[in-house]
Formats: sequence, C-alpha cells, structure tokens
Amino acid sequence: MNWYLAAEEAQSPLAPVWPEIVIGLIAFGIVFFAFYKKLLPAINKALDERREAIEGGIEKAEAAQTEAQSVLEQYKAQLAEARHEAARLRQEAQEQGATLIAEMRAEGQRQREEIIAAGHTQIEADKKAASTALRQDVGKLATDLAGKLVGESLDDHARQSRTIDRFLDELEEKAEAAR
Amino acid sequence: MTADAQMLAFETDCHLFQGCGFPAPSVWSFIFEPIFTIGPVEFNKPMLLALIGTFLILAFFWAGFSKAKVVPGKLQMVAEALYDFVHRGIAKEVIGKKGEPFVPLLVSLFFFVWMLNLWALIPLAQFPVSSVIAYPVGLALVVWVTYMTVTFKTNGFVGGIRNLCVPSGLPKPIYVLLTPLEFISNVFVRPFTLAVRLFANMFAGHILILIFTIATWYMLGSVLGTVYASASFVMTLILTVFELFIQALQAYVFTVLTATYLSQALEEAH
Repeated sequence: MNWYLAAEEAQSPLAPVWPEIVIGLIAFGIVFFAFYKKLLPAINKALDERREAIEGGIEKAEAAQTEAQSVLEQYKAQLAEARHEAARLRQEAQEQGATLIAEMRAEGQRQREEIIAAGHTQIEADKKAASTALRQDVGKLATDLAGKLVGESLDDHARQSRTIDRFLDELEEKAEAAR
Repeated sequence: MTADAQMLAFETDCHLFQGCGFPAPSVWSFIFEPIFTIGPVEFNKPMLLALIGTFLILAFFWAGFSKAKVVPGKLQMVAEALYDFVHRGIAKEVIGKKGEPFVPLLVSLFFFVWMLNLWALIPLAQFPVSSVIAYPVGLALVVWVTYMTVTFKTNGFVGGIRNLCVPSGLPKPIYVLLTPLEFISNVFVRPFTLAVRLFANMFAGHILILIFTIATWYMLGSVLGTVYASASFVMTLILTVFELFIQALQAYVFTVLTATYLSQALEEAH
C-alpha cells in the first residue's frame, strides 16, 4: 500500500516546520500592525468622542434641570407672593368694610341723636311757648274774671303783684309732686 | 462533511460490510501536498488559510473601525463588542490599568487564534490551521519574547530574574526547591504549554470530527449501515457545535494566559 510507505516518512505533527512558523508570524504581524497602527487608534478616538459627547449631553441635561428647578422655585415664590398679596388685599378690604360700616353706623347714630335732640328742643320750645302763652291767657282771663266780679280793673295791679304767677307756680309744683 | 482531499483520495469506495477496514484519520489528515514550491518553501493549504484569515480579520475590522463613528452602525457595533470583550474582559480584567499598552497585542492574538481555529468549520477549508503546530509555536514565541522583554524592562536584570524565579511570601527553606521549579515553569514550560494546549485541542477536535464524518460515509451502503451512519452523522453535528465553542474558548484561554503572564511581568519586585 502506497500510503503506508508514505506514513513512515510522515512529518511528526509535534515538529514545527520553519516555513510555516515564518508564514504564521508574518500573518500575525500583519494583523498586529494593522490593529496597532490604524484600527485601534481609530476606534479609540471614536470611543473617546462618544464618551465626551455623552458626558456633554449629561452636563447639558443637568444644566437644563437646574434651570427648570430654579424657574419652578421662582414661579412658586411668585405664586406664594401673589397669594399673600391677595390675602392681604382681602383682609384690607374686610378691615376697610368694617371701618366703613362702623363709621356709617356711628354717623347714623349721630344723626339720629341729632334728630332726636332737635325734636326735643323743638318740643321744649313749643312747650315753653305754649306754657307762656297759656300763663298769659290764664292770668288775663283770671284778672278779667276777677275784674268783672270786683267791678274794677285789676289788670295793672295784678301784673305788678305777680300773684298770679306765684299761684300758677304753686299749681305746677303740685302737679309735679302728684306725678 | 469534511472533504479532506487526501484522506478521501485513498479509500472513498470502501464501505461497511464490504470487507475493507475503516479508513481512520491519521497524521496524514494534517499534511498537505504543496500548492506550489519556492525554493525550500512548500506553500500548502494551511499557509493559504492563514493568509486568507489575516485578510478576513483585516477586512472585517477595517470595515468596522477605519471610519469609526460616534454613533455606530451595525457592523461597527459588532466589531466594538468584540474589541470590548478583549479590551475590558481580558486586558482590564487580568492586567488592570497597566494593560493598556498591551491591548493591541491581546486583541490581535485573540482574533488571529480564533480565525485560525474557525477555519475548521468553514466549508471548503474545513481545517483548523492551529492544529499545525508551527502556528501555535510562532504565536507562543511572540508571547514569550514579549513576556521576557516586559519582565526585564520593568524590573531590571536582577529584578527580572527574581520575578521569574522567586515567588514572594513563602518560608525561606521552600525557596531551595521552588526557585529552580519556578524558573523552569516560567521560562520553558509556560510557552511550551501555551503552544501545545492550543495545538492539541484543535488537533483532537479535528480528528474527532473526521472520525465521525468518515464513519458516516464508511457505514453507508446497506440498510443497517445507514442506521449506524445516521447516528454517526448526528454525532458529527453535535461535535461541530461543540468545536464552535472550543474554538472560541481556546482563543480566549490563549489570550487570557498571555495577559496573566504579562500581568506577572508587570508586578514590581517585592
């Protein structure tokens, strides 16, 4: 058999042949230098750029978030201020209203009292005038009557003596006492 | 599946129950007629596959990385994920921050070894280039030279020898025994096992697939034989998937061990 003869001459699989080592090294060298000189620097550059881009993006997002936060706080502050202002205005209005009502009430009270006072004064004046007129009329009537009874005029005398006045005062005092 | 030209050239007509033996795969499955010869150099199929593999790696990563964009396309994303696997998963994980200068070496080692392994399953090629020991030996040589250079550059000559021979933190009498062992282990055994591990795994894997592939063909021809053949074919499929896993794993192991050696070389003297 042909191949038995050949097998005896076969190269041991554990003994490397130098041309194969050389070819292997050349092939590996090509791969290594391609990676070392060109391919890995290219991809590392891209990876670095990507990292920077991502970090930049994160920074931007953080800045936007900070800004949003500050705007929100500003807005909240404004809202609180507005609420505060509204409350203040409401309270002021209430106070003003209360003051106004009180003032009006006081004014009404005053006017009422004035009217009442004016009424009283009027009544007093009328009463006085009436009593004066009455007193005169009664005196005159009494003197006239007495004059008729006595037959002479007592007018002047009566007026001078003030008897009637005294009499009438006594009457009044009695009336007062009886009341 | 595996149309190994030389293998089938011998016993293609042989089938079970026809009175001829099983044409088991042999060393010859790993030896190829030269495609052409230049002086003493016989240019054969593994060499061609190694060069095409180099081209494929470059083409893929060139397409992915040469016009790398901040917002990656699909291809760049895949290439980036692969690169990141070696960069973060091996260089940073094993060596740490000091590993950054060695990333190009580790990346090329991983993808070169993986490519050489992958040829085992690529139709028409169907031969793991790394099962020819010259290729693992060449790579182990590169690793060894780097390992030694880094050791002596980091620690100086005496420190480098100490780094290679004297592990720290052990009781003194142990060193009498341990120093020569450490020296042999670090300087000779490490590169040797690095090469042989890769070679043997791929060699064995290829033989396994060959056995079941050839058996499938060999047992065809009769009804009973066809039943056997289909079982053998299923095994071939299972082993193919298994090999797919082993190929990536061996590339990973090769790269991680390289990183481990470099990490040890970078350790300052205690």
